[in-house]
Amino acid sequence: MEKIDLATSSLRELNERLQQQSEVTNEKQWEVVNPKGAHAIAVGLNAPLELLIKGSTGYYCAGMNQHAQITVQGSVGPGVCENMMSGSVFIEGDASQYAGATGHGGLLTIKGNAASRCGISMKGINIVVHGNIGHMSAFMGQSGNLVVLGNAGDALGDSLYEARLFIRGKVSSLGADCIEKEMRPEHREILQDLLTKSGADANVADFKRYGSARKLYNFDIDNAGDY
Amino acid sequence: MCGIVGLFLKDKSLEPELGSLLTDMLVTMSDRGPDSAGIAIYNNLKKQGSKITIQSMNPVEDFKEIKAQLTQLSGADLEVRIVDTHAIITLDSNYKDKIKQILKSSFANLRIMSIGDSIEIYKEVGLPEEVADRFELSKMVGSHGVGHTRMATESAVTTLGAHPFSTGEDQCLVHNGSLSNHNSLRRKLARLGVNCETDNDTEVAAAYITHKMNDGFNLGDALNAGISDLDGFYTFLVGTKNGFGVLRDPIACKPAVLAETEQYVAFGSEYRALVNLPNIDHAKIWEPEPATVYFWEH
Repeated sequence: MEKIDLATSSLRELNERLQQQSEVTNEKQWEVVNPKGAHAIAVGLNAPLELLIKGSTGYYCAGMNQHAQITVQGSVGPGVCENMMSGSVFIEGDASQYAGATGHGGLLTIKGNAASRCGISMKGINIVVHGNIGHMSAFMGQSGNLVVLGNAGDALGDSLYEARLFIRGKVSSLGADCIEKEMRPEHREILQDLLTKSGADANVADFKRYGSARKLYNFDIDNAGDY
Repeated sequence: MCGIVGLFLKDKSLEPELGSLLTDMLVTMSDRGPDSAGIAIYNNLKKQGSKITIQSMNPVEDFKEIKAQLTQLSGADLEVRIVDTHAIITLDSNYKDKIKQILKSSFANLRIMSIGDSIEIYKEVGLPEEVADRFELSKMVGSHGVGHTRMATESAVTTLGAHPFSTGEDQCLVHNGSLSNHNSLRRKLARLGVNCETDNDTEVAAAYITHKMNDGFNLGDALNAGISDLDGFYTFLVGTKNGFGVLRDPIACKPAVLAETEQYVAFGSEYRALVNLPNIDHAKIWEPEPATVYFWEH
């Protein structure tokens, strides 16, 4: 196992070493110690590494991740897994705002709570939050799934496209064009799969599904006065 | 962008370390605000009357005879401690208003940074580390303090445009964000007799809080009223004689992290600012909710 101590190595050194690994690397196990809230830890990885970060991180941890499995033994700052493409990221603590923003793929699991704008403009990523999420989550979400075991803040799924939102707890309010929808067998299957993959102990039957009413997709002449 | 830090001590044994802990937090936030920095430190551990912090662009000249001049004009028994471009006047509380009048009428070169029983404010243009070194912030002792690293948006990079802003006795406010209704609110407050000295948006927020507290609101109620009256982006940290309070706007774009242990409550714009605090690994750490007031008092 490779171990990098951020008390003695620079962030640039860490990210260069991680980014240099090829898809067939033998050096799969990595550990980062003393992250001390630093920004941009483990961004742009492009190999099936297993990375353990021992402590809390700052902004943009695991951004643009492809293939790597990353675990953070702590909390993460704003923009964790921003634009993630694939792989999986597991946060043991809380996540700050816009977790998983614009993510195209992969699985982001947050054991604690996520703040506002979780999954904003998500484009295929799966996000499972074991705690609560803040306001404006999944704003303009295009595809992928957001699963929340706790409660959701105000304006959930505002201007939503085709992302699916599964919420077990209370929703403070729904955003424009977001409605509760029927939970069909295919949705239960997707949800069960994500709960299992993210290690969540929850019953599919306790969740409600929310999605787009699709009324904002096309210009409506009756709304002309609103612009 | 801007950086905010704050530390409220519950454990008196940490009071001698307040300056060094806050300095470390402040310098860590240099990336968020490299143009100027400031700190408000609350220290009335010896119950020594009142303090007025003054600032001069030309301290060698302006502070040379200041003690004798003020004594002669006021008849007060006072002490003056010069710290770089700032000086702290310590005096009997009964002479506070008189000295304030004298400073305003007879010393045009001097600026009053703060007045109160506990508060001292130090702020200057420059990198936070340089500002901290100039004032030897790391040696300061106190019960609580707030600090700010500035990246200017709404007004010029000047000493007076730096935070914290103090508009009432023992009160100060630091701000990350920008207010959009500060000009109209400044005019409204002026009509009520509350005047701001700069064009800065944050000073208006500070004056607003002071105005509300003068009307009998406590810090929590004053901040709550601000949610409807202050428009824009903000994370505020407000210092008072006994403690500090935190408020984020309802959209909550501007970052904020709180940490609490049995020894202290700490605030940082980023978790990075808190990592060297004692026992931080066992602290309760959370992000303050939007439009929700948090405050701690001794």
